[in-house]
Amino acid sequence: MAGAGGGGCPAGGNDLQWCFSQVKGAIDEDVAEADIISTVEFNYSGDLLATGDKGGRVVIFQREQENKSRPHSRGEYNVYSTFQSHEPEFDYLKSLEIEEKINKIRWLPQQNAAHFLLSTNDKTIKLWKISERDKRAEGYNLKDEDGRLRDPFRITALRVPILKPMDLMVEASPRRIFANAHTYHINSISVNSDHETYLSADDLRINLWHLEITDRSFNIVDIKPVNMEELTEVITAAEFHPHQCNVFVYSSSKGTVRLCDMRSSALCDRHSKFFEEPEDPSSRSFFSEIISSISDVKFSHSGRYMMTRDYLSVKVWDLNMESRPVETHQVHEYLRSKLCSLYENDCIFDKFECCWSGSDSAIMTGSYNNFFRMFDRNTRRDVTLEASRENSKPRASLKPRKVCTGGKRKKDEISVDSLDFNKKILHTAWHPAENIIAVAATNNLYIFQDKVN
Amino acid sequence: MFARGLKRKSAEDGEDVEGGLAGAQAMPSYSLQRQSLLDMSLVKLQLCHMLVEPNLCRSVLIANTVRQIQEEMAQDGTWRVVAPQAAGRAPLDRLVSTDILCRSVREQEGERPAPDVGDGHTPDLVLGPATVPSAQALRSPQSSLWEVDSSRENRGGFQKSLDQIFETLENKTSGSVEELFADVDSSYYDLDAVLTGMVGSTQSGHGSGLQAFSSATAPPPSSSCRSDLGELDHAVEILVET
Repeated sequence: MAGAGGGGCPAGGNDLQWCFSQVKGAIDEDVAEADIISTVEFNYSGDLLATGDKGGRVVIFQREQENKSRPHSRGEYNVYSTFQSHEPEFDYLKSLEIEEKINKIRWLPQQNAAHFLLSTNDKTIKLWKISERDKRAEGYNLKDEDGRLRDPFRITALRVPILKPMDLMVEASPRRIFANAHTYHINSISVNSDHETYLSADDLRINLWHLEITDRSFNIVDIKPVNMEELTEVITAAEFHPHQCNVFVYSSSKGTVRLCDMRSSALCDRHSKFFEEPEDPSSRSFFSEIISSISDVKFSHSGRYMMTRDYLSVKVWDLNMESRPVETHQVHEYLRSKLCSLYENDCIFDKFECCWSGSDSAIMTGSYNNFFRMFDRNTRRDVTLEASRENSKPRASLKPRKVCTGGKRKKDEISVDSLDFNKKILHTAWHPAENIIAVAATNNLYIFQDKVN
Repeated sequence: MFARGLKRKSAEDGEDVEGGLAGAQAMPSYSLQRQSLLDMSLVKLQLCHMLVEPNLCRSVLIANTVRQIQEEMAQDGTWRVVAPQAAGRAPLDRLVSTDILCRSVREQEGERPAPDVGDGHTPDLVLGPATVPSAQALRSPQSSLWEVDSSRENRGGFQKSLDQIFETLENKTSGSVEELFADVDSSYYDLDAVLTGMVGSTQSGHGSGLQAFSSATAPPPSSSCRSDLGELDHAVEILVET
């Protein structure tokens, strides 16, 4: 589907009019490597938005309650908690560093007042509990108010401590550490619909964990060849089905997706379904395999479809049809003629993620030059938008962008050669219920909302 | 078969101004581009990040690309041992693969052909600059990317044989492309054996696992990627106390 993002979107219908809401992060031109955002995830209600960065930190934003005096303005997201999730480590056996970069964050469904999330780097997954404390006990028997121990012989009476209100404090504490189960780099974690187990996937293996048990995990997929010289394919992403707790999918660097059913056998090396689109022989090149490598796979909220992202396109698959996708959306087809340069500067290996809207009616993914693309599955329209400081006036509408592929460049269009390949949007997230999106542009987090009619 | 290369509009040399015009008319030949892609890929496989484990997905994809090129070249019959027409030496600090893809054809005619690979002159580069087909082969602006004018290429081009390249690799590394993973992975494999023993066991199992590992005669974790850099080799040796 060619880009049809010119002009403004007409009001009404399913067309969304995206407006700038907020941007988080430093404005400096010099971006510290540690501040680069590496994952973005809304929780199940959408009230919390978590980001992880290359420095191993997690920042959680919370949506403020809507302001009654301004009913048309949605709640803003403000910092709720910041903590250091992972630290850099050194593997002495291999003489290699283990990066502290947070590869993925996944929230657990909320079961009590506290919030839980899983965060992972290349090797270790951690379960974090984020809880609020707004009361403090006063009147201890054995301690003074400043914490010093009282002399036991001076205590002549007993009293019951009283709870007094205090300033809200949000604490994050690691509750479980799931370590030493992955030889290769973890690329995905996914919480199961049973809310008791989750999977973690690295380049060659997928493990199943119970959230309560940290010293044991079950290996459910292993594609490591006996002879590593024969290795030609790796696992790139994995996810549990949103409703069927026995079903999960994993994607590969060869552009295939395998759906597995854990009921069929303990080791799911044999897939139940195999999704692969036959290659178009007319567009074959030495880069065909690389650009077919799937960087992200996501089930729709309904569980009927799944979406895969490869280098140039996003595909929607019906789980009942393995032979080809039901939809293919071109993200930046104009890059096809630049693949050689993109191979040279390694951009061809960039792993873009993708996400569904809450109703599954739209999908979104990132591109270069801080552009991101949205495809409406009902109207078949797509739009290219940009996350930039220039378009960051409050509630300003985002103007659709267009890339000029050749010939005369129109006003407001940008030519392919002018694109900034260092400004890549790899991570985006869509609020589970409303039209609010979070877009990570290097070290800045942009939040956009649909204009309330 | 080959994606069109992008002509980089660099204003670095005066040559570019002239070359740019000719380059607009004639693309580098398919065979030349393929060779350059091969060279670039091999260099990419060698240049791994030393401190952090290399990205396995990226390595696999590059290795698959190399294999694909090799297979095609083997089918073409373009893998031959050719006496290098060493009229001089190209500057070593340029990755000629980049040059050939991104500069014009006209410039390439003016360049010196590549030196012999095994001359030991390039301790830091795995491969010498990619070979340059003769001027005759290049003066064919009509040769499009999509047709391989094999007769002209075979006559004009001199390309390293697969053996020569791998011999070079062996001097620096310890094996062919296929063995790159074996080398990189030797430590993985041993650690893997330890870990698979550990999965399903309690903390007390760690001790036996580590003992099993230390008793195995595993070579130090010297991935093929590292052996280019003499200092790092030295550092690794110190670390493993060989």
